[in-house]
Amino acid sequence: MSLATTLTDGAIVARRNLIKIKRVPELLVFTTLSPIMFVLLFAYVFGGAIAGGDPQQYREFLMAGIFAQTVIFGATTTGAGLADDVQKGIIDRFRSLPMAPSAVLTGRTLSDVINNVIVLVVMSLTGLLVGWRIHTSVGEALAGYLLLLLFAYAISWVMAWVGLLIPSVEVLNQASFIVIFPLTFLANTFVPLQSLPGPLEAFAEWNPVSAITQAARELFGNTALVAPSDAWPLQHPALYTLIWTVIILAVFVPLTNLQYRRAASR
Amino acid sequence: MSGPAASVRAVDLGIEASGLTKRYKDVVALDGVDLAVPRGTVLGLLGPNGAGKTTTVRVLTTLLQPDGGSARVAGVDVVGDPAGVRSRIGLSGQYAAVDEYLTGYENLEMVGRLYHLGRRRSRDRARELLDQFGLGDAANRPAKTYSGGMRRRLDLAGALVADPEVIFLDEPTTGLDPRARLDMWEVIASLVAGGTTLLLTTQYLEEADRLADEIVVIDHGRVIAQGTSSQLKSQIGGERVELTVRDGAQVEQAVAALADLATGETGSDVASRSVVVPVTGGAPALAEALRRLAEAGVDLEDVGLRRPTLDEVFLTLTGHASTGDDRPDRGGQGRTTAGGDR
Repeated sequence: MSLATTLTDGAIVARRNLIKIKRVPELLVFTTLSPIMFVLLFAYVFGGAIAGGDPQQYREFLMAGIFAQTVIFGATTTGAGLADDVQKGIIDRFRSLPMAPSAVLTGRTLSDVINNVIVLVVMSLTGLLVGWRIHTSVGEALAGYLLLLLFAYAISWVMAWVGLLIPSVEVLNQASFIVIFPLTFLANTFVPLQSLPGPLEAFAEWNPVSAITQAARELFGNTALVAPSDAWPLQHPALYTLIWTVIILAVFVPLTNLQYRRAASR
Repeated sequence: MSGPAASVRAVDLGIEASGLTKRYKDVVALDGVDLAVPRGTVLGLLGPNGAGKTTTVRVLTTLLQPDGGSARVAGVDVVGDPAGVRSRIGLSGQYAAVDEYLTGYENLEMVGRLYHLGRRRSRDRARELLDQFGLGDAANRPAKTYSGGMRRRLDLAGALVADPEVIFLDEPTTGLDPRARLDMWEVIASLVAGGTTLLLTTQYLEEADRLADEIVVIDHGRVIAQGTSSQLKSQIGGERVELTVRDGAQVEQAVAALADLATGETGSDVASRSVVVPVTGGAPALAEALRRLAEAGVDLEDVGLRRPTLDEVFLTLTGHASTGDDRPDRGGQGRTTAGGDR
């Protein structure tokens, strides 16, 4: 199978997934509403308490954390979409076609990147409304967004694997919530690391979610409220994030492809 | 395996399988299945839930690797060259595998593109099939709005997009209402008239009887009988002349007249004035019986040749009825009989 065919097939599958956004706009509305809700709740409820009474500074601090949490949660879309396809027998149809075997997975993960782009745009606009600002150059800001998308892309391969393994949308959503929610909270996403008790602070320092958040804060210039950390991952957050991204992709891309070939619709 | 003789044979057969086995943990799904379907003919794979029908289809369509045995579809080895098989087949699975958010047109166009038919041909083919399957008016509606029968037709159309040499239909009418089932039968019958090789699984005996040239009965992952529907019926015997005489007093006379014709024990009942004579040979046997009865001066009220239904055939062959069995077809998951519209 030539590379061109593989890419074309992936694009055809991605287009199919994007048509769903067009047909069921409610989906996009709700996936963007909850982060908007988070922005507003955290900005106005916790803002005064956490940042020593300076809500404006907290909003600056908060946005990168919410970006990270949201795009990571967005990866569940990938898993849910694949689980749904397995459940409905659509994977069987795809697997019986002479298409590139990887196209269903590349198409799926690709359309979810586009989904994340839309969500990031909506959230950024909300952030701007509540007083968040980017203080760096356009290039750095773009790099920040790109890093968020890249990390989310890696996570969506993990969720793709889970989605093929547990082909039930309901179970998948519950299970991923239980893992992702604490993972995105045991980090520097919403509170300064130093406020966490010792062992949790150590965990949070090495949590890649902290690194991606820290990296985005630096690239957006939202570091006013961040006390410097001695932990290596937080001193090199972008590099640490990229290392995780590469490792996750190296493990889960082959693993998911293998699982896809085994996937049995029921 | 190779050599000219083998390849000539392979060309003649649309589907060829020998000794297919597949096991899931402690369940034997296929226990040495042999099939030979000449090109341009329809094979009905008949069996209860969990018999191994779907597993067979999954192996032949390259979705599942067999543990043992070999199979060729359209002359191509399913294990050795799965990609080659995929470009020559069309599959319509147990559930209507259509994307419900896409329109009927988008569904078919996507399938065409993934068969690598190219943009233009995919579009033309999608329109053509939608019209052919009576979905032209619904072409631009999301499949979500389609009825169960329409979804099934759309799914079947998906299997035909690339004009495949061999088509697999796994329980194409399960879950459809009687009206939709009849529509589906008509569509399938028109395919058959076009000369495609078709393998159709079903748990409906009437469906196999009506659509298939040849029927293979499968149970516990093994082929337990095969032949045309009438061969199967005569294979288990059970053909009989049943008659009712006008006058109960003539029952004995009738039994005597047909004694030479009977291939088994003749039954008679004076009270209901009926006689049942097991015979072989079909219609000529009935004609002969009528001649003898007329000669003997027996006055008939009703007479006919009765053949066993496929249900009876099934019961005789398997020792259990054709439905209502729960053994898992694959991986511990059994579908209920004539189950939901999924």
